[in-house]
Amino acid sequence: MNRIDQLFKDKPGNILSLYFTAGHPALNSTTGIIKTLARAGADMVEIGIPFSDPMADGPVIQQSSDKALKNGMSLSILFRQLRDIRNEVTIPLLMMGYLNPVMQFGLDNFCRNCMETGIDGVILPDLPLDLYLEEYRETMKKYELHPVFLMSPQTDNDRIRLIDQTSGGFIYMVSSSSTTGTRDSFSPEQIGYFERINGMNLKTPRLIGFGISSRETFSMACKYARGAIIGSAFIKMLDSKGDDEASIRSFIQSIRIG
Amino acid sequence: MDFEVNPKGFYGEFGGAFIPEMLYPNVMELQRNYLNILHDAYFQQEYRKLLKDYVGRPSPLYFAPRLSGFYQTRIFLKREDLNHTGAHKINNTIGQILVAKRLGKTRIIAETGAGQHGVATATVCALMGLKCIVYMGKIDAERQAPNVLRMKMLGAEVVPVYSGNMTLKDATNEAIRDWINHPADTHYIIGSVVGPHPYPDLVTRLQAIISEEMKRQLREQTGNENPGFIIACVGGGSNAAGAFYHYLDNPEVRLIAVEAAGKGIDSGESAATMALGHPGILHGSRTMLMQTEDGQITEPYSLSAGLDYPGIGPIHSHLFKTGRAVYENATDEESLEAAFRLTRLEGIIPALESAHALAFLDKGRFKPDDVVVIILSGRGDKDMDTYIRYMEKHDM
Repeated sequence: MNRIDQLFKDKPGNILSLYFTAGHPALNSTTGIIKTLARAGADMVEIGIPFSDPMADGPVIQQSSDKALKNGMSLSILFRQLRDIRNEVTIPLLMMGYLNPVMQFGLDNFCRNCMETGIDGVILPDLPLDLYLEEYRETMKKYELHPVFLMSPQTDNDRIRLIDQTSGGFIYMVSSSSTTGTRDSFSPEQIGYFERINGMNLKTPRLIGFGISSRETFSMACKYARGAIIGSAFIKMLDSKGDDEASIRSFIQSIRIG
Repeated sequence: MDFEVNPKGFYGEFGGAFIPEMLYPNVMELQRNYLNILHDAYFQQEYRKLLKDYVGRPSPLYFAPRLSGFYQTRIFLKREDLNHTGAHKINNTIGQILVAKRLGKTRIIAETGAGQHGVATATVCALMGLKCIVYMGKIDAERQAPNVLRMKMLGAEVVPVYSGNMTLKDATNEAIRDWINHPADTHYIIGSVVGPHPYPDLVTRLQAIISEEMKRQLREQTGNENPGFIIACVGGGSNAAGAFYHYLDNPEVRLIAVEAAGKGIDSGESAATMALGHPGILHGSRTMLMQTEDGQITEPYSLSAGLDYPGIGPIHSHLFKTGRAVYENATDEESLEAAFRLTRLEGIIPALESAHALAFLDKGRFKPDDVVVIILSGRGDKDMDTYIRYMEKHDM
């Protein structure tokens, strides 16, 4: 069974997924961060592929992406770094990034490398759903990768049903109409949106992302979905406190609620 | 051969709408409505009236006698430089602001490089009383300071962009991010034939007024609506797309687009996308792009800020691939020479962008009875600092 499916089967709620950009803060910090996150109790990790023009990202992830590229990160280096990751790490791992670097690497080559590395799913925010269905689905299936799709507060019900049918493992539920970044709390409109989606009885579990930064926002998100994803707040912490074991552990402990 | 966009937004293998889910509703709203709006008789009436009374169209098609004598051929200039705000950009912004009003939008955003599209957007927002926010790379805002002041005088908020290399590509990213953050009330007026479907087609259709007028004007002046050559500069490629549009199915009309070679194709400082790029995805469409082997977008260079873009509209990638149009390039130096030649022979100071099209006159082979139309996409006021430096350097 795909490790993402296994996780959602085993753990009923409070799933904590972390995003960071590969190659940030240092070129070779990638595997150390993943291993530490796994030891510290993260349920899942999304490995960000840096891109020069991350149009859906706020300033924190933009800067981490710039830094990673300056450090020399590329997909071929990333796959080399991850070669032995499955010797030590058993939690689900996903790759997340924009389409162009994947296209230049070659979709088949990318997916094959993902499978050989032990990657469980792929999130490509600028890959349109209809194009995925027409041109990408077979390749991702062949390499047993879950394609994770996003939904936003503006997504209409018909499209949510289609995303529910198509998204593999879980649906990435964007918490507000915004780029990535941190927020202190959720507005009544956001809560209304979480409740509305809860009422749709979707078959695919959801994780809430964008704007989750603290135990408060995490536990609130967990009331309305199986868990949540933290990106910018984690990257900010890496910038200010470093990627050593103690910093990462204390960050995870400050968020986790079981 | 079919050069129209297909229902999914592709020109052959290029185009499409590669957008994150957060933008899907905005882009779909535009996809579903743009053709109905453009074909609506009342829209057309309003658009045409504004083009005539406000922009000053039709722009003249001017037979340039001394330039023709110099090059021993028959050269006509399509005078987009005489439009209100000084360039072809306003053809698009007039049309898009009317589209935005019909969609009930109250807030307008735009990106700008040289500031021409920003000024054209700020102008139509003042005209319609709509809030206007223009994203401009910090470097561009510094080197095009007069246009920043024009936008501010017109009531627009100019937001300097500090991300990436702080130029047009980054301003476009920031405008897209603004749109993601304001999904309900905001229309994004893209300034060229780039971006997700339907923008390339929408902007092409709004700029197609250029070739529509040319047909009529050429028939009146030469007896034949088809010229031998149409030559236009390309960055994103909106003036070229508009100038080619009504001639795409006439293979006897040779279409020539001129990119900015900067300091030379092999100098590492160039913006000639067709010569240096390969297919990729940026700003919502699949098109030719200047990029590294790893798919990171590279920073282009041209002395001309309006051509300083690492991509090109997907319609051009398709015209390039099919061979329907030819993509040439001109260096900074060749374009500066061409700008002074036009100025001294015809008394017209062109924009540095348009001078790239003029520079092709030195490279093409034209017969004495060929009709050659050059799109003079903008006027040179904004480039005076550059031109003055050139005069000082060459003791003119």
